[in-house]
Amino acid sequence: MPSSDAPLLEVVDLTSHYGPIQAIHSVSLEVFPGELVAIVGANGAGKTTLLRTISGVQAASGGTIHFDGEEITRLAAHKIVNRGICQVPEGRQVFAPLSVEDNLRLGGYSQRGDGDWVAEQIGKVYELFPILHEKRAQLSGNLSGGQQQMLAIGRALLGKPRLLLLDEPSMGLAPLLVAEIFRVVRELHEAGTTVLLVEQNARAALQIADRGYVLETGKVAISAPAGELLEDEAVRKAYLGH
Amino acid sequence: MKRLHGFFAFVALVAMLPVLFPDNYFVTVVGVTIGFNIVLAVALNLFIGYAGQISLGHAAFFGMGAYASAILTTRYGWSPWLAMGVGLLAVYIIATLISRPILKLKGHYLAMATLGFGIIVNIIMVQTVDWTGGPDGMSGIPGLEIFGWAVDSDLRWYGVIAVVMLLTVLVSLNIIDSRAGRALRAVHGSEIAAQTMGVDTVRTKSQVFVFSACLASLVGSLFAHQQNFVSPVSFDFFVSIEIVTMVVLGGMASTFGAVFGAIVLTLLPQVLVVFDDYEILILGAILVSIMIFLPQGLFVGMTQGGANLLRRLRNRETPARAGADG
Ligand SMILES: Nc1ncnc2c1ncn2[C@@H]1O[C@H](COP(=O)(O)OP(=O)(O)OP(=O)(O)O)[C@@H](O)[C@H]1O
Ligand SMILES: [Mg+2]
Repeated sequence: MPSSDAPLLEVVDLTSHYGPIQAIHSVSLEVFPGELVAIVGANGAGKTTLLRTISGVQAASGGTIHFDGEEITRLAAHKIVNRGICQVPEGRQVFAPLSVEDNLRLGGYSQRGDGDWVAEQIGKVYELFPILHEKRAQLSGNLSGGQQQMLAIGRALLGKPRLLLLDEPSMGLAPLLVAEIFRVVRELHEAGTTVLLVEQNARAALQIADRGYVLETGKVAISAPAGELLEDEAVRKAYLGH
Repeated sequence: MKRLHGFFAFVALVAMLPVLFPDNYFVTVVGVTIGFNIVLAVALNLFIGYAGQISLGHAAFFGMGAYASAILTTRYGWSPWLAMGVGLLAVYIIATLISRPILKLKGHYLAMATLGFGIIVNIIMVQTVDWTGGPDGMSGIPGLEIFGWAVDSDLRWYGVIAVVMLLTVLVSLNIIDSRAGRALRAVHGSEIAAQTMGVDTVRTKSQVFVFSACLASLVGSLFAHQQNFVSPVSFDFFVSIEIVTMVVLGGMASTFGAVFGAIVLTLLPQVLVVFDDYEILILGAILVSIMIFLPQGLFVGMTQGGANLLRRLRNRETPARAGADG
């Protein structure tokens, strides 16, 4: 029974392995409808693994994931997309030999038979990122890193996300572009999209987030409202540089 | 549609050739073989070039179609069309069954598995002598009749194969620009990213594998009726490799690349027979040189090279004129 006080995403005691290596240990977290939740943590903390397990490209070895009250722990990745969980993967992963517009069309793959909506949504993505409209016929492999990140986000928006998973959208970008990407993430959030944002750039992430989780070696170390984390002495030392 | 201009030019060429050269051996005899090979290469290109997979056993499906037609028509007196349909159905079922386990594999492992499959099927063709005639093959396969119109001359076969071939090319061109085609190319780019777009990657790969196998089976049946004879060597490991070579030679992920590769690789040995014992040597040298100098493939490499050259010429022209005006 979805209601505003039930979590949209509920992860309980989730574990995940790469062969014998356990990458995440008993992670529990919740994302409520309309929230922007940030997961911060150092290199190798398991942030990517956590997102990949939620989106189903990686198998969970224990625990459960519920989305809108329905268990999706063992669902195949493409079925999870159909439920409305759209991932912007780490390193963007745009389809290099395809044009910008074909990448966006692929993003709408799950919206089969709703061509009008897809066309309209592509137009909205172009409004959000005018540079993509300018380069719509170019091969996405020829875009700059920032433009590829915009494309990756735009592509995820074509999946009609009820929950948007963002994996380090600021990775490898110049400060100006980072600001631009974060502005868009905030806008999407303000427009009502529920977002789970993974970042090493903890300050930027927590500044736009409602709540945050700090992940350390595969475990949740702290979870608190983002403002508190920004003030927290230990967090400041470990992740904010002072 | 701009994308289909090339196709219409190709249709015109295929239609003109027998009119201009009605009795030319290279047109009506070699041309039919080229037609078979184009279908095989274009079909396999969907799987190799677009989906980024590999199959070293595709001749097996070609052979299954051929043997289904051969056995059912000569030993059981079935109509060729029924035999063709049953062969197609059998290949559809077999390809579907093996596709799931096989397509979980990647790279070398997928190559090995498909190679093994092709070899096993070929061994069956050689060993089950009572059915297939063994290494000597089967003769006396009846010709084909289309609504009472007997396909009984080289020229008529040319027409039939041309139609089948052109349809295959058209279907391939259209698939690539469709939702399914984008999914294929996404799988090629990154299976994980494709999954996060909602693409069922296993199913997508399986579908294109089965589709490609079914087309091979269809031309296999036609091949049996056209040759009136089949034997295992027409479907062995080397044939599988030859089809892959056609795809790679022309340029992967390009329908006309596969067409071009099939034409070149069928014609070259015919032309090189004048070199007698050195034929294979020269063929090998040509193939190696192409891959060294045009690694994107002959067709793709040449069209890209041509486009680049044009652009460079045009760029050189513009500033000169601007200078004259100013
Ligand atoms: N494909 C893999 N095979 C084996 N171990 C892996 C693999 N991918 C990640 N790991 C390990 O799992 C742990 C978590 O990695 P993960 O990529 O989830 O971290 P992360 O927090 O996303 O790091 P980063 O900030 O560098 O992206 C690390 O110890 C890493 O070495
Ligand atoms: Mg990561």
